[in-house]
Parts: sequence; C-alpha cells; structure tokens
Amino acid sequence: MERYPQLIHSATESPGNCIMSHPGVEAIDSKEEDLRYLPEVFCSCFLDCRLGGRMVRKFMYMGRGTILQMERSRLMVRKRDGDVVTQNETAEATPRSETTTRLLRELVAHLRQNRTPVREEWVGRITEAQLLMAMTKEEIFAEATSVYDSYVAALETGTFEALQNYARNLSERIIPRGVETHEVVGIVLLLRDVLARSLFAKYQGDFEQLNRILDAYEPAANRIANTVAVGFVQERERVIRQQQEAIRELSTPVLQVRERLLILPIIGVIDPQRARQLTEQLLRGIRTNRAKVVVIDITGVAAMDASVANHLVQTVEASRLLGATVIVTGLSPEIAQTLVTIGVDLGKMNTVGDLQGGIEQAERLLGYKVVMIAEAG
Amino acid sequence: MEVPILKQGGFLIATVQAALTDADLLQLRRALVERVVQMRSYGVILDVTALDVMDSFASRTIREIAHIIRLRGAETVIVGIQPEVAFAMVQLGLTLEGVATALDLEEGLQYLNQKFKSAASSAKH
Repeated sequence: MERYPQLIHSATESPGNCIMSHPGVEAIDSKEEDLRYLPEVFCSCFLDCRLGGRMVRKFMYMGRGTILQMERSRLMVRKRDGDVVTQNETAEATPRSETTTRLLRELVAHLRQNRTPVREEWVGRITEAQLLMAMTKEEIFAEATSVYDSYVAALETGTFEALQNYARNLSERIIPRGVETHEVVGIVLLLRDVLARSLFAKYQGDFEQLNRILDAYEPAANRIANTVAVGFVQERERVIRQQQEAIRELSTPVLQVRERLLILPIIGVIDPQRARQLTEQLLRGIRTNRAKVVVIDITGVAAMDASVANHLVQTVEASRLLGATVIVTGLSPEIAQTLVTIGVDLGKMNTVGDLQGGIEQAERLLGYKVVMIAEAG
Repeated sequence: MEVPILKQGGFLIATVQAALTDADLLQLRRALVERVVQMRSYGVILDVTALDVMDSFASRTIREIAHIIRLRGAETVIVGIQPEVAFAMVQLGLTLEGVATALDLEEGLQYLNQKFKSAASSAKH
C-alpha cells in the first residue's frame, strides 16, 4: 500500500491524479502501471481527467471492479456484478472557454441575487423528501446555507477544493448521527434541480440563452455533486476502516495462562484477513512466551468456510514447526463437519471438546498436576 | 558456506550461520550422516535460526537428513524455525512430517535429553 501516495481526490484540480480510488488507499495516482497491481478499483467519474498521461473525458461512474485491460486510451473494467464496461473515449480536455466563463459569471450573479428564495425552496424540498431526518430543521437550514454558498463559490471559481474540504468536514459531523449516503447524494441532486428550475424560470423567454446557460451549468453541477458524494463515501470508508482496525486489534488476544501455555480464544466471524492476523500473532506469541502448548478455543465461532478451516490447519502445522503443540477446543458441529468435508487430516489436529478439557490436557502435556488443597493436605 | 558441526556429549549440533546454497545443503547432509556414526552420537540438533527463507529443496533435504539419521540409529531435532518461515513453509505444503521440531537450541537439547532418559530408564526395567 505504501506504493500509492495519498493524493487529492479531484482530477480536475490536479491533472494526472485520481480517477480511481481503492478501499484501503485513499486515492491513487492513475498511472497505468500502478493500477495493474490493484485487485479492484473504484472508478468514479469526473468530466475530464487523466488516465495514463492521456486525457479521458466523460468518464462516468462505474463502481467497483477489476481492471481487465488497460492501454493508453482504453480501459476495460469488470464490475462486481459481472458487467464489463469499456471506456475508450479520449480527447484533449478543453479549457474553460471564454463564453463558458462569462455564462457562469452571469449564472453566479443570478444565484447570489436569489439566494434566499432558492435556499428556502431547497430546504423545503429536503424536508418534503424526508431526507436528513436525523437533523433538526434549524440545523438543516444552517447547513443548507453553507452548502449553497460553497456551491456557488465552486461554480464561480471553478475550483473544488474548498467545497471538498467542506464536504469532508460535513461528513465527519453527520456520519456519527446516522446520515446515509443516499441522503447526501439526494440533497445535492435536489439542489442541482432547484437551481436548474430557477434558471428555467428566469430564461423561459429566451430558449437559446437558456440552452447556453445550461451547457455551462450542467457539467459544473454534476462535478460538484460528484465531489460531494465521493467525499462523503470516502469519509465513510475511512471511518469503517478505522473501526475494522480497532475491532481486529481487540479481537485477537494471545494470553498466557501458565508458564509455557497460551490460550487463543477466537470469537466472531473469521475472514481470511483476520485468520492471517491470528496466525501471525499466535506464532509471534509462541516465540516471545516460549510456549510449548497452545489452546485455540473456537467456541465463539459459529461457522467457518473451507479456506479459513484450511488456514486453521496450517496454523496448527506452523506452530508445530516452532516446537509447540496446538490443542483446538470448542469445535461446533458445523465446523466439525466442514473439517471432515474438506478432508483435514485429523491425525495432525489435536482436538478436545471444551476449553476446560483443553487446558487440562495442556497441563498434562506440560507435566502440571492441579490438586485441591484439601486433598493435598 | 560450510556448516560447522560440534560434538556435545552424545549429541551433534549443526548451526546454520547464513543462507545455504543447494551444494551447501548436500554437503551438510553428507557430513552429518557420516559424523553421526563416526562420533557414536545418538542425537542431532540442526539449528536454522539464521535462515529467513526455506525453499522446497532446503526443507526436503532437511527432512531427508532427519530420516537418514534415524536409519543410522540417531534422533534429529530441527530448532529455531522463524515464525514467518514456518508459515510460508506450511503454505507451500512443506511440513517436515515425521521430523521433531523445537523452539530453540535449549528446547531441542531438553527434548533429546528427555527422550533418551526415558529410553534409558525403560531399558533398565
């Protein structure tokens, strides 16, 4: 992961960067050779962005997928649901033309003038659509005002950094309150529609002018909607990653119960990544505690697929190479069946019904004898 | 690089010092198999703490060494396999079946001592 420096998220801000982001990487440099290493990409779409040194335009949302093929100007992605999307429309991006700038300026002036009615209309529509129910009306109004102003500022300057920062900041505040992605996307799209309506109302007499204004407005508005949505999703993913990390660290304790005896209680779902982490921690624990016997208790694991079961067996064998004996306890009927179905050599696995039995056997192996004081006396 | 083989009581101790080539491994096998009878040893400890990679040839050779030495009438313990190496080996399916392993030299010595103590005591009866 260190290969990919963290970059800013907008292709438009810095050509050459980021049309792809990847879970685990905030955003990556979209150099062809780098992308090939990624198992999965999240392609989202800015109107013009660079891909492998070439400008790619109209790159629309694709979702997560695997890169099948990538050449200078052609990108094929297999999406998660199996569809193959090909993106091969390339062209040099045109800088903002003189007329676009002028039209946008006119547009911004219009939006500034009608700030109050348009904003109220927007907030009304938000409440009507029952979005942002987690927030009070006043809060919605306050946030809407800042979003509106940042939105207009982004239209005016053509730079999205401020809006992006605002979006991230907003996400940080509202994610803990349970605001969903569809709500955020929903309100930004509502704003886009409300603004478009106000343009219709203003230019209804002059169809030509309306067309030109919309030509200038639509790409910019789409880009803004995108920036906000992507910012929100990325913030969410960041929070989720952080939590996963925390859970993982908490969930794999390797504990010493006696001299040279470790126990490793496993609770919850084991995915391949967690399985790998467990193994690593266990092997390291065996070395640092100089353990001879390890009891792995999987009472708290409800189900296990074949690959994880195999991993468990590998862990047992790897521990043996370090000179430690592993006792597995608390196998549920389902897991026992999985182990038999995948044909695990049970001769190598030392299993005991429950944790108590496992610890007793481990003590026997280590030569301990636990005696009640009364009996001993 | 040649692996030094030391005699310690009834045991031979071979400590790998650096990465081994295939030729080194074969040389080690030859030397150990010869020495074990020459020195009338009944236990061999092969210390691989210094190895941070173990390919299929190396682990096969080590397994062979252990099996040949058993046929020559002695017992072998492999000690000091690193955690990462152990896991990599298992993933490649190189599990050294039928070969005793221990955490480090001390554990290995203890294992052999125990083994031969019990053998000696059962011979007495």
